[in-house]
Amino acid sequence: MKIIGTDRQGNTREIEGRDGWSVMEILRDGGFDIAAECGGACACATCHVYVTDGWYGKLPEPSEAEIDMLDMALAVEPGSSRLSCQIICSAETDGIKVTVAPE
Amino acid sequence: MTAAHETDVVIIGAGPIGLFAVFELGLLDLKCHLVDILDRPGGQCTELYPEKPIYDIPGLPIVTGQELTNRLLEQIKPFNAQFHFSEMATSLEKQADGRWKLKTDAGTEIIAHVVVVAAGAGSFQPKRPPVPGIEQHENAGDGIGVHYAVRKMESFRGKNILIAGGGDSALDWTINLAPLAKSLTLIHHRDGFRAAAHSVNQMRELEASGKVKFHVASVKAVHGEPGKLSGVTLAGADKTEWHHDTDVFLPFFGLTIKLGPIAEFGINLHENLIPVDTARFESQTPGIFAIGDINTYTGKLKLILSGFHEAALMAQAAFAIARPNEKLRFQYTTSSSNLQKKLGV
Repeated sequence: MKIIGTDRQGNTREIEGRDGWSVMEILRDGGFDIAAECGGACACATCHVYVTDGWYGKLPEPSEAEIDMLDMALAVEPGSSRLSCQIICSAETDGIKVTVAPE
Repeated sequence: MTAAHETDVVIIGAGPIGLFAVFELGLLDLKCHLVDILDRPGGQCTELYPEKPIYDIPGLPIVTGQELTNRLLEQIKPFNAQFHFSEMATSLEKQADGRWKLKTDAGTEIIAHVVVVAAGAGSFQPKRPPVPGIEQHENAGDGIGVHYAVRKMESFRGKNILIAGGGDSALDWTINLAPLAKSLTLIHHRDGFRAAAHSVNQMRELEASGKVKFHVASVKAVHGEPGKLSGVTLAGADKTEWHHDTDVFLPFFGLTIKLGPIAEFGINLHENLIPVDTARFESQTPGIFAIGDINTYTGKLKLILSGFHEAALMAQAAFAIARPNEKLRFQYTTSSSNLQKKLGV
């Protein structure tokens, strides 16, 4: 399963996802500059990404906790902003396109 | 200014590793001062995830960030460390007598034989919205420009105020500043708030009475000469943009971690981490140690338990620097009456 990631400089590359891992973990391990200060606990909003190209609507709805935490993110774009620690890789997310949000 | 504090060891960062360092240093009779930019101990554990369980602390199958902090504070109580909270370590210089002088942004000066950097990923600082030129309006003075905290409410009297955010700080300051502002506008990216329900209700009442204007919007640009904010460009949910006059812009998006002034201390850094040796956990500057998430070495794992180990070895090396004429005897807390006396057990 693939993740198509775009960094803050606009460079796009494909990285290999792992079933059950969060997109944040895959991006971080793949060398993307993503702070993820709380380590994936939905507690800091520093793994904020934009989910693009129609992928936002294909994902399960964000939880209340994630919606609340997005209130602490910068440059939120309704309809594309998600916390990447809360998106779990699966066959359904194969090919998902995400862009790391500005710091 | 009060006289400088003199101590054995000054620790930058009062997170779990800084706290446990007090214990290991305390067993060796080394006294500590700790400096932390946050207003309470625990670092990331209490700032980011006080209620989240941690499962990999040896001997504690499940413990929250707050509980771990509380237990560490209990463990180090016998050593009477001095805490300097809400202060940022801003400079570090070596004195002629070989000791270090650390200064903070509150004017505190601490002179110590040894410096221990236990700063995690750096210091918690307010999140700055990604708006070009916003930094030119920070520190512009009371009641004008961009502020990430309200220190003197009076300085905002009679001003046009713009607040951004949806958390407790954004709502609390909307409610508190509305009565004295000339105008107050709150913006957020959605028509909903994570803030406490009673705060949201109060804000809605102020909105209904016309004292507060609320828009689903975000700031796209700031206007005015540096230090003289005159307005901003707002963009709504449908991307429509409009100009909004304001004297003050208060973004409240919580805190993020920046390395901060440690980068200016003259310590050798590698990708914002401090390279250390794994026998002493000393930086490449003798007398300055680095433990916990801030350091790097071959095989480094950013785990709290690794930081505890690093603190123990650091303490042995720190003793040799702080007490050059004394011989260190290794003892166990289980069997040493000497150590048990220090612990008060």
